[in-house]
Amino acid sequence: MRKIVLISGCMVSAFCASVAQAEELEWFEGDKLVLTNGASTVEGASGGGIATWATISGLEMDNGVGVSAHITAIDLPDFGFQSHGVSIGIKNRVELSYARQNFDTRDVGEALGLGQGYVFNQDVFGAKVRLFGDMVYGDPLLPQVSVGVQHKRNLDGPVVRAVGAADDEGTDYTISATKLFLRHSILMNATVRYTNANQTGLLGFGSASGKGHTVQFEGSIAYQLSRRAVIGAEVRTKPDNLDLGEDDWIDLFAAYAISDNITVTAAYADLGSIATFEDQRGAFLSAQLAF
Amino acid sequence: MIKTAILTLFLLQQAPAENVDWDKEFGVEERVRDPETGEFPVEPYQQSNENAGAKPFQGEQLPAAFGGREGIQKIADRTVELSEADPRISDIFVSHDMVRLKRTLGEQFCYLLGAGCDYSGRDMRTAHAGLGATKADLNALVENLQKAMREAKVPFADQNKLLSKLAPMSKDVTER
Ligand code: HEM
Repeated sequence: MRKIVLISGCMVSAFCASVAQAEELEWFEGDKLVLTNGASTVEGASGGGIATWATISGLEMDNGVGVSAHITAIDLPDFGFQSHGVSIGIKNRVELSYARQNFDTRDVGEALGLGQGYVFNQDVFGAKVRLFGDMVYGDPLLPQVSVGVQHKRNLDGPVVRAVGAADDEGTDYTISATKLFLRHSILMNATVRYTNANQTGLLGFGSASGKGHTVQFEGSIAYQLSRRAVIGAEVRTKPDNLDLGEDDWIDLFAAYAISDNITVTAAYADLGSIATFEDQRGAFLSAQLAF
Repeated sequence: MIKTAILTLFLLQQAPAENVDWDKEFGVEERVRDPETGEFPVEPYQQSNENAGAKPFQGEQLPAAFGGREGIQKIADRTVELSEADPRISDIFVSHDMVRLKRTLGEQFCYLLGAGCDYSGRDMRTAHAGLGATKADLNALVENLQKAMREAKVPFADQNKLLSKLAPMSKDVTER
């Protein structure tokens, strides 16, 4: 008799445990506070426009799965930079992203001997994990901290090698801290990136002369005007592995959530010198759809 | 062996008698609203402004931006009403005392905004124990509070000041 009681007790507790674990995932419920999924960067990770943040993409919270897609165009004096991609957020913990970058050299292509309108292409596969902290809740001084990897495959190997890059493939490693300081309506982000990418990889990775990974910095500051509108500025330092005078990037942006699912970002971006063509400043426009 | 045990269990079962007061059988006390306040009684607890969960703001600017004590109470009432009607979280409020919640939430906001109230409610951890609210639920509540403040025309930067006092309480009001 005693045995039976024990067994049934066991069964009950095992059942209870499995019920507790099988917390059902909610799909595309859209539980995040508007804009706290960030915008999409040109590399597909969530963040500002050019800086990766500690945010996790999609509108899911701890109990769900979310998704987002973006399309971005940067119109520069001599180039057209376009990026589009998709990203999945799981339990506001893990972000998996893919982005395709297309960099149109327009007339410069001819001048560089590549041919009129030559387009550099690159695939970026990203993964990001939130380690601890919450950008909105919890200790007001403890930021949300995430680590990420971005594996980049440039699709123009022969060209980037001819320019002096060592490789057409590379991997960036990031660590980001993001916090919304509600008391001041200010969001701040700081990211350290360990990278060997030239122009984010569009001109390949490292240099034939042996330059490799270096530590770079991305910083963002934003002011919340309303629940749906923020304005801000970003900087992103970049290496100059190819000795082409590659510059740091800067942007001034305004983001607006037209609806809970659609965010548009408009920015003035200064991408400096690209492939020896100076003063590449222009309009950055991006649309993001998220669930 | 198991078969015999189950059989015995069945045999031991008796048909329940009619007209049983099940509330009494299970020791469920009937709750009666206080005729004066309209609130249900709660387990005794130590009253203290510490229970509000944060230190108040100083100065006149914030209370004014929220429409003074009266405006603040209206925002608290509206937040509770929106949340009770919000399909995302309404289940959690069912069978809880909304009369008391409106009063204590109003006091808490009033105290935190430095509008000169004392908070007489329970601490956040005790008040939310067992509710099983998630961060997603908290986001829903925050959206309802934002809506209430927007309707009351509280400037956005001031709305965020109140939220800055509440956001750090997330661990105490949610589980998991
Ligand atoms: C930081 C956010 C929150 C604050 C400041 C807050 C504040 C309060 C206050 C002051 C009370 C009354 C305490 C008392 O009766 O002595 C209370 C009770 C309650 N809260 Fe919250 N709350 C928060 C989040 C939540 C969330 C996310 C939910 C669920 C969606 C929730 C549901 C309730 C319920 C159902 C009660 C009544 C409990 C009872 O009857 O015993 N609260 N809350």
